[in-house]
Amino acid sequence: MTAPAVAAPGPGRLARAAAAVATVAVVLVLLYPLLWILASSLRSAGEAATGLSLWPREFTWSNYTAGWSGVNGVGFGAFFRNSTVVAAGAVVGNVVTCLLAAFAFARLRFPLRRFWYAVVIGTLLLPQHVLMVPQYMLFRELGWLNTALPLIVPKLLATDSFFIFLIVQFLRSLPENYDEYARTDGASPLQLFRHVILPLSRPAITATAILTFIWTWNDFFPQLVYLPMVEDSTAPSGLHQYAIAGGLSAPGPMFAMCVLSLLPVLLFFVAFQRLLTSTSTTSGRMAAHLPRPRARR
Amino acid sequence: MPVAEQPVARLWTKPLPLPHRRPRRSLLHRESVAGYLLLTPWLTGLAAIIVAPVLYSLALSFTDYNVITGELDWIGLANYERMFTADPRYWRSVQVTVVFVAVSVPLKLVVAFAVAALLNGRRRGAGTLRALVYLPSLLGVSVALAITWRTMFGSGGAVNQVLGMFGVPDRSWATEPDTALFTLILLAAWQFGGPMVIYLAAMRQVPADYAESARIDGASRWRILRSVTLPTLSPVILLTVVMETIAAFQGFTAAFVFGDGGGGPEDATLTYTLYLYLRGFAGLEMGYASAMAWVFLVAVGALTGLIFWTSRWWVHYPGGRP
Repeated sequence: MTAPAVAAPGPGRLARAAAAVATVAVVLVLLYPLLWILASSLRSAGEAATGLSLWPREFTWSNYTAGWSGVNGVGFGAFFRNSTVVAAGAVVGNVVTCLLAAFAFARLRFPLRRFWYAVVIGTLLLPQHVLMVPQYMLFRELGWLNTALPLIVPKLLATDSFFIFLIVQFLRSLPENYDEYARTDGASPLQLFRHVILPLSRPAITATAILTFIWTWNDFFPQLVYLPMVEDSTAPSGLHQYAIAGGLSAPGPMFAMCVLSLLPVLLFFVAFQRLLTSTSTTSGRMAAHLPRPRARR
Repeated sequence: MPVAEQPVARLWTKPLPLPHRRPRRSLLHRESVAGYLLLTPWLTGLAAIIVAPVLYSLALSFTDYNVITGELDWIGLANYERMFTADPRYWRSVQVTVVFVAVSVPLKLVVAFAVAALLNGRRRGAGTLRALVYLPSLLGVSVALAITWRTMFGSGGAVNQVLGMFGVPDRSWATEPDTALFTLILLAAWQFGGPMVIYLAAMRQVPADYAESARIDGASRWRILRSVTLPTLSPVILLTVVMETIAAFQGFTAAFVFGDGGGGPEDATLTYTLYLYLRGFAGLEMGYASAMAWVFLVAVGALTGLIFWTSRWWVHYPGGRP
């Protein structure tokens, strides 16, 4: 265990106490909005919805049942179903195709490899909004508007280059003599992948799957463009339409639906927070923190 | 120690070398075939979903194209001319975006660094604290939080009640033209958990004896921070500056929700991407939107290049440039 490094609190007790107080204060302020949504979702209609308090005067679950009925006859059940379809497709697409591409970049030698990898890095820096008009016209030509295809097919084609980068970094950190042995034994690239790389890549695969899920679940912009109909809406765009259609006059149910729409992300986070925020593991290190340059944020 | 548990924060600071071995010829051939086979989905996507659309949008930017009627007129540079000389809303969106990026990115990164320094060295509860502080960065981009933020910063909302205790008169921070962008910036800065975790991981890699020997030489904590921690972390800081800047340029969801999809109040939250959306998808001016997209691409690219260029003066790589 290396000693805590540079900016660690000094030896003084006072300094340490001050740091502790500051830490607790920071965390409380940070989490206040989240606790506040939860409180607001449980307030009864009689209580002012905008209050400061985190403790409803009277707890009620009725906001949840009221909000669940949704907008224009389309309930939140449908929104969650749509979100799940999109997120599941994106997860499968990203994991499979980005893993394959990353394996090729990190472990195989072929002509122009460095060039193509530079292209991967380049697309990582490409603002996604530059693509939105022409992609829309492409998908429109293909007759894919009002379907989930524009949200899923690009992932099946590994266009989320962030994850290629992520997995390549992970694979490069694995000792190379593993594949050296496999090669001397005459293993084919496929066997190398199947028997050496795949089993070792679990953390990178998990990180890819979790982050894809969370980001896709939160995505708003592509859904707005490609799935504008209420009945096709995903949870975020359904929530947005719900808020417009009258959420402000009935804030309790609106905040109840806010809570529900955040819940899947929260659950995944709780289950995998170690992987996502660890500062010492490869996958955690790589995975969590890079904000992706992408449109949907 | 399982493979995955190795600390490899240096991944960020130094690209790992690619293998150098020269394999047998047949093997090389086999690997080439396999390599390109595995890259097929990515290459297809690159060509069909990225390169072709980017070029197509360049061509579109010289046209007046109505996506509904299918009418397409070649109008040369007219879109660009109109954008730069006859569209005040365009300049408004540029202004909003520049302010948003120039304030939110430094704010977010400074807070991230400060909190990382605060958490670094804690042993008890460190993992839990890190997770709690990180959480907003996952949830903050959602529609739900944008709605919440607007209510909390609205008239009679939680923020006003706290400020009211200090005698600040009630106002709707989120929907008044003077302050709406500021609340958006706060929402962005609230999501500092992402860069914070990167800084924390990088701080753990700073050799403790650097700081120790500086301390023995009588350096103050501030001096150690400035002369040891910051230079050592500079490659990671460069990375976060680039990524956060590009991300901030693309802020959309919160601006869309705040302004009811129109950039209001008085275009105070009309970010560039939101205006691009309004022109292209609400106004169906695909040619004009494409011209906007290309200017955006060039501007963001130039800024990214500029940041990398300045890095020669403030980024220090261990053992020289890679």
